[in-house]
Amino acid sequence: MSIPIETVRHVAALARLHVDEATLPALTEQLSNILNLVNQLNELDTQDVVPMSHAVDMPTPERPDIVVNTQRKEALLANAPDVAQGHFQVPKIIE
Amino acid sequence: MTLVQAASLLRTRQISAQELTTAFLERIQRLNPIINAFITVDHEGAMQAAKQADARLNNGTATPMTGIPIGVKDLFCTENLTTTCGSKMLAQFRPPYESTVTRKLKEAGAVILGKTNMDEFAMGSSNETSFFGPVKNPWDISRIPGGSSGGSAAALAAQLALATIGSDTGGSIRQPAALTGITGLKPTYGRVSRSGMIAFASSLDQAGPMAWSAADAAMVLHTIAGYDPLDSTSIQADVPDYVNALATRMDGIRIGIPTEYRPDNLNAEIQKALTEAEQTFRDLGASLVPISLPHTRYAIPTYYIIAPAEASSNLARYDGIRFGYRCDDPKDLKDMYTRSRNEGFGAEVKRRIMLGTYVLSSGYYDAYYRKAQKVRRLIADDFHQAFQHVDLILTPTTPTTAFPLGDKIDDPIAMYLSDLFTISVNLAGLPAMSIPCGADQLGLPIGMQMIAPILKEDKLLSAAHAFQTATPWHQRKPEP
Repeated sequence: MSIPIETVRHVAALARLHVDEATLPALTEQLSNILNLVNQLNELDTQDVVPMSHAVDMPTPERPDIVVNTQRKEALLANAPDVAQGHFQVPKIIE
Repeated sequence: MTLVQAASLLRTRQISAQELTTAFLERIQRLNPIINAFITVDHEGAMQAAKQADARLNNGTATPMTGIPIGVKDLFCTENLTTTCGSKMLAQFRPPYESTVTRKLKEAGAVILGKTNMDEFAMGSSNETSFFGPVKNPWDISRIPGGSSGGSAAALAAQLALATIGSDTGGSIRQPAALTGITGLKPTYGRVSRSGMIAFASSLDQAGPMAWSAADAAMVLHTIAGYDPLDSTSIQADVPDYVNALATRMDGIRIGIPTEYRPDNLNAEIQKALTEAEQTFRDLGASLVPISLPHTRYAIPTYYIIAPAEASSNLARYDGIRFGYRCDDPKDLKDMYTRSRNEGFGAEVKRRIMLGTYVLSSGYYDAYYRKAQKVRRLIADDFHQAFQHVDLILTPTTPTTAFPLGDKIDDPIAMYLSDLFTISVNLAGLPAMSIPCGADQLGLPIGMQMIAPILKEDKLLSAAHAFQTATPWHQRKPEP
């Protein structure tokens, strides 16, 4: 099975990734090969198997519901690429 | 010198933490330009921690880890110390908080020398996808050290630290441990907190120790394990005394040998090393039992749905707004997202985001992600059934010894197959360990993997310790 280049373009848009046209054929082939590998799972009948979403069968842990977060605005803004007046700044989004 | 030996010298004040730290920092300065095991070396922080460790060693408040110089994989957030995850995306990231693993190590008095190199976002099996360059295997610098915790493994093999911390999503502690001749333990999923560990595949990621011996690994695991209210997937179970549980005999222990892990085309030298290890276990009093894990061959296909799906969700947070890389002069918001992500992520990370986005996209969820979750249960059930009859399972860790740099980097599937023997364990959430058990004709290390039931790290460490008491493989070190 080979996936169409158009699908790869669409998935890149969904993933908010820009893919260069030049690299698109190679990427499409790699993804097709990986999908062929994972398609081996279709050999198995899993009709009655319950999906496993957690590695360990355990009850959800509980803890006291108390506020522990402290006001750390400065520290949290320190890594932002662009900050203005105590806010994260982004390119203009409304004309 | 092992961690246990160093701890004893520190306790009896035959050496100071500052002397020990200085010696390791000098060695790093000399050898890291060749090995590239560390991305960041924290001279100042390490010397300060060593000074505090000496104060504790003098005033009686020291723990067995106080003054021990360690390296930490660069995906554990360390407050105000750059944490890159091996990516351009986080090249400047200085975390505003501390991961639980590093907090516990610091509280115990360990000295963090620096942050170790890794495959970008822990995606890789050779440490060649790091934005900061590949790590070289100290046994042969033309070869890869394995990945993704390649820096942690190589730092230890080159004796640049007494222990290191890695993380393991599909084999990222065990595979590099095998290829560099050290001891690496992936604990039960949830045994060690994931809080502050940069997420790759949240249902698989687990932190663990890399060390020179099982006894050393036991000390480190004891320090980092335990329930953490900051991680809702961490297990509420007491932490046993792993060090006291170490034994030198294995009488009555049943070890399962799964046929699926001994394919006919398995490397003959690895096959031979495993056969010799089996005899050692028999001599130690264990019995060997043939078993079957029939869904083994579906582990890689299952993993390459689940891990990329979870990764594509986790890595959606890198949008160039709150932290991480942002492209120059974005035209608008979408341009900023796509260009920041395109420029900030490397090829393998993008490939996995694409794959994950595809398998989760509308109309494909049931065919891929749900199907994989079902097969995941079949794989886990294979193990649970086997553990009705045996205490431990013994397999090779890797299909080959360390391969040359550049050998597989352009062939994603060949690279994925490096984790053939380690991936099932992550899917099943089980604890497993790789320890050295031989060498090939070039002298490159061979590792074997032991797997235990949920939360039975003590049995794993105990068996590894017994093996290491009877054999010298873990004491082999590369030429300086």
